[in-house]
Amino acid sequence: MIATPRKISALKFGLLSPDHIRKISEARIVTADTYDEDGYPFDGGLMDPKLGVVDPGLKCKTCGSRVGDCPGHFGHIEFARPVIHIGYAKLIHKVLRSICRSCSRVTLSDETIEMYKERIKRAKKMGQNLDAVIEDVFRTARAAKKCPHCGEERFDIKFDKPSGYIEDGNRLSPTDVRERLEKIPDSDAEVLGFDPEVSRPEWMVLTVLPVPPVTARPSITLESGERSEDDITHKLVDIIRINQRLSENIEAGAPHLIIEDLWELLQYHVTTYFNNEVAGVPPARHRSGRPLKTLTQRLKGKEGRFRSNLSGKRVNFSARTVISPDPNLDINEVGVPEEIAREMTVAVKVNPRNIEYLRRLVLRGPDNYPGANYVERADGRRISLSRVPDLTEVAEKIEPGWVVHRHLRDGDVVLFNRQPSLHRMSIMAHEVKVLPYKTFRLNLCVCPPYNADFDGDEMNLHVIQGEEAIAEAKVLMRVQEQILSPRFGGPIIGGIHDHITGAYLLTKKDARFTKEEVSRIFYAVGYTGDFPKPTVEDGVEYYTGKQIFSVFLPKDLNLSYKAKICKKCEECEEERCPDDAFVVIKGGELVSGVIDERAFGAFAGELLDRIVKDYGTDEARRFLNTLTRLALFAIMKFGFSTGIDDEDLPSDAKERIDEILDSAEEKVSELIEAYESGILEPLPGRTLEETLEMRIMQTLSEARDKTGAVAGEYLGMKNSAVMMAKIGARGSMLNLTQMAACVGQQAVRGERISRGYVGRTLPHFKRGDIGPKAKGFVRTSYKKGQDPLEYFFHAMGGREGLVDTAVRTSQSGYMQRRLINALQDLKVEYDNTVRGADGRIVDIRYGGDGADPSRTDWGNIVNVKKIVDKVVRNRA
Amino acid sequence: MKKTVQHELVPKHELLSKEEAEELLKRYNITRGQLPGILITDPALKGLEVENGDIIKITREDEVTGTSYAYRVVISQI
Repeated sequence: MIATPRKISALKFGLLSPDHIRKISEARIVTADTYDEDGYPFDGGLMDPKLGVVDPGLKCKTCGSRVGDCPGHFGHIEFARPVIHIGYAKLIHKVLRSICRSCSRVTLSDETIEMYKERIKRAKKMGQNLDAVIEDVFRTARAAKKCPHCGEERFDIKFDKPSGYIEDGNRLSPTDVRERLEKIPDSDAEVLGFDPEVSRPEWMVLTVLPVPPVTARPSITLESGERSEDDITHKLVDIIRINQRLSENIEAGAPHLIIEDLWELLQYHVTTYFNNEVAGVPPARHRSGRPLKTLTQRLKGKEGRFRSNLSGKRVNFSARTVISPDPNLDINEVGVPEEIAREMTVAVKVNPRNIEYLRRLVLRGPDNYPGANYVERADGRRISLSRVPDLTEVAEKIEPGWVVHRHLRDGDVVLFNRQPSLHRMSIMAHEVKVLPYKTFRLNLCVCPPYNADFDGDEMNLHVIQGEEAIAEAKVLMRVQEQILSPRFGGPIIGGIHDHITGAYLLTKKDARFTKEEVSRIFYAVGYTGDFPKPTVEDGVEYYTGKQIFSVFLPKDLNLSYKAKICKKCEECEEERCPDDAFVVIKGGELVSGVIDERAFGAFAGELLDRIVKDYGTDEARRFLNTLTRLALFAIMKFGFSTGIDDEDLPSDAKERIDEILDSAEEKVSELIEAYESGILEPLPGRTLEETLEMRIMQTLSEARDKTGAVAGEYLGMKNSAVMMAKIGARGSMLNLTQMAACVGQQAVRGERISRGYVGRTLPHFKRGDIGPKAKGFVRTSYKKGQDPLEYFFHAMGGREGLVDTAVRTSQSGYMQRRLINALQDLKVEYDNTVRGADGRIVDIRYGGDGADPSRTDWGNIVNVKKIVDKVVRNRA
Repeated sequence: MKKTVQHELVPKHELLSKEEAEELLKRYNITRGQLPGILITDPALKGLEVENGDIIKITREDEVTGTSYAYRVVISQI
């Protein structure tokens, strides 16, 4: 029979009352021992068989069920004296300070109490948090000098951490505390934020302790046959032992002092039982010296029940291995090793159309790749094919209604993920392509969204079970659907490194190809259409790279933009740009400009962006696939490499760099002289010293930039390293400057290096030397190499960078965690409002204009220039 | 009438009439508790005669998003 679903109308949280604890208890625990010599549990002991079963084969004495079916049952311990519950110690203090010491009324006049009740009622109606009102009650009640009800004088009660209360120099015992709390009338308790129906204030002082079921603290039998008890059991043993001694001593009429001591000890054990990390309480330790893991420790933190077992669970149908690149895969695909494909299964329902196919799979069994691992009969019984002696028998028995768990095969939809999963593109849906060897393979264009490289990165794969889930993942999570990032409204998936270099080499001004070469290119990318019209020069037919590139553009595409190599001249010559940096595409024909990072690079691709937005994700996927293949063919055809000789400078360049640095150093000494002679003019709002520092920093950084410019001048676009930096394939001009010309000023905390010895950074300098060299200016290039002092300063700056990264990742990680927890259930509803899970409105229209950032033009809703271009350029 | 806050950085705050307020609640099928709150002591409400439970319409002008509206319910104390 199917259980009828029931609706939960309300949930109420409260304190456990002593009566309730006794009611749910199946056994009063009185013995501190667990098992006798024969290994049987004591009745009334901590392992009382009434508390549930953990040993297989035994039946529970309470419910009669066996292991797994018996949920376990609570027991209880009666305390000889009451004990403060450490989790409520602070609240007890607040309550004690707000009530009268003799009549236990809240020390507010009846009218004020009424007023607060009204406020609470109103806040409840408005669905607001009551904390603020209740905090107000505590604050005002505390201030009363005399009880307005009985006129009793009041003393401030001090909280003696962790669980003591001192009134006028006298320590209140938990018994006193409990007595006072007991006397609070129900109606007063309400103003203090209690719901007296379910939580009376005095229940915060324990007289009875629930003993958790044995199933919550199972003992482990070691190989030697010795039993090892759970930390919670250990703690309970301590509590019972002290409780027993306390009650014996009370009965024997022992001196007050001894009883007090035992009481204190009982308080300690109960405190650490709840939480072994209370400030001011030494943690209870295991015999080995390891602190015990008690109740709070089970729940709290990253390894606690919530974060580790409830929010985060281990899952089936998942795989993890090293990743490696495969440029021949589609961007939607992922290469899965056959070994993994054999282990992971998809459940397929048998129907008349697929029965023959599934039969064949079952026949192949679990060990021959396209096979199956399990079959499920119509009644839900699973048969493991690895344990079946005769597969033909099973294969024949299959009929509609059965389910076959077949191996993963090409085209199955899976989720692919790389941690840390910082944005939604960290988990995308891919189509399986089963391949040999042991790594997951992926197309290079999807590296940026995953932030993956191949220096040993591992990724996770999850097989989607169920047709609805597959359909949903295909529509929402497929790689091609994620090309546009919701972060900045441009493509996040696109060409990288060699893709950019290849496309640039292909579309450069002087790139020419013969018909034979073009045929080869078209074959490589799988193009089967017509050839473009060749250009004829001196009777020889040739094709330009731009023509080849244009073949793969949509035929009605019109677009113009400035390429990455654009020098940002004051007067733009547009199509006549001497560097060929002005890209114009007319009617799907690349008229001018080179293809570089701005065309189809991840995070920057203007052309790719246009194609996704105007022609859809399918077209964009095809475009990326062919374009990357084209670019890789081109780079292989031309040949491309870079090495340390790319940073070689001719001697006159070196001389010029030296001159620049010499004159900068001279300028610095002039500045220092000006400062010393007092003629240096301070900048507005700066001291003289700050001004000097700023001017020196500025001078030196200008000098470094100048050396970089000189180096760039001599190296030129023919240089592979410069080319990569300029077109945005890899590296920057700053990287090249540091390698070829001058590393520049090293900084710690944004200042020139200043710490170390008294008045100097290192003992190699005179005190008070504030010249470039003494403050961490590295004059040399990486290629030339640093002297020991420069090397040391460079290490200082480098170390700061490393520390910063380490600190930043942990801080931003925690910030993101909090943000996600706060925002995770926000959703745009059908009426365009952004609402939380409880229907509370956060924004009346998403972002004020309801715009989806991934459909915007790099964050702007419309780009008029682009629309005009699209129409006008077409006519020209 | 007291003067309301006039500053380019303070968006326009105006009080919805009883009818407008009910219409708004009906349009979005919400109760007052589901709207964000604005404290009665908020300086932007200076010059408006408001009481607990009133609904304030805030009109924001933005270069990127154009004119957008927000609604907040007046809360007399925290």
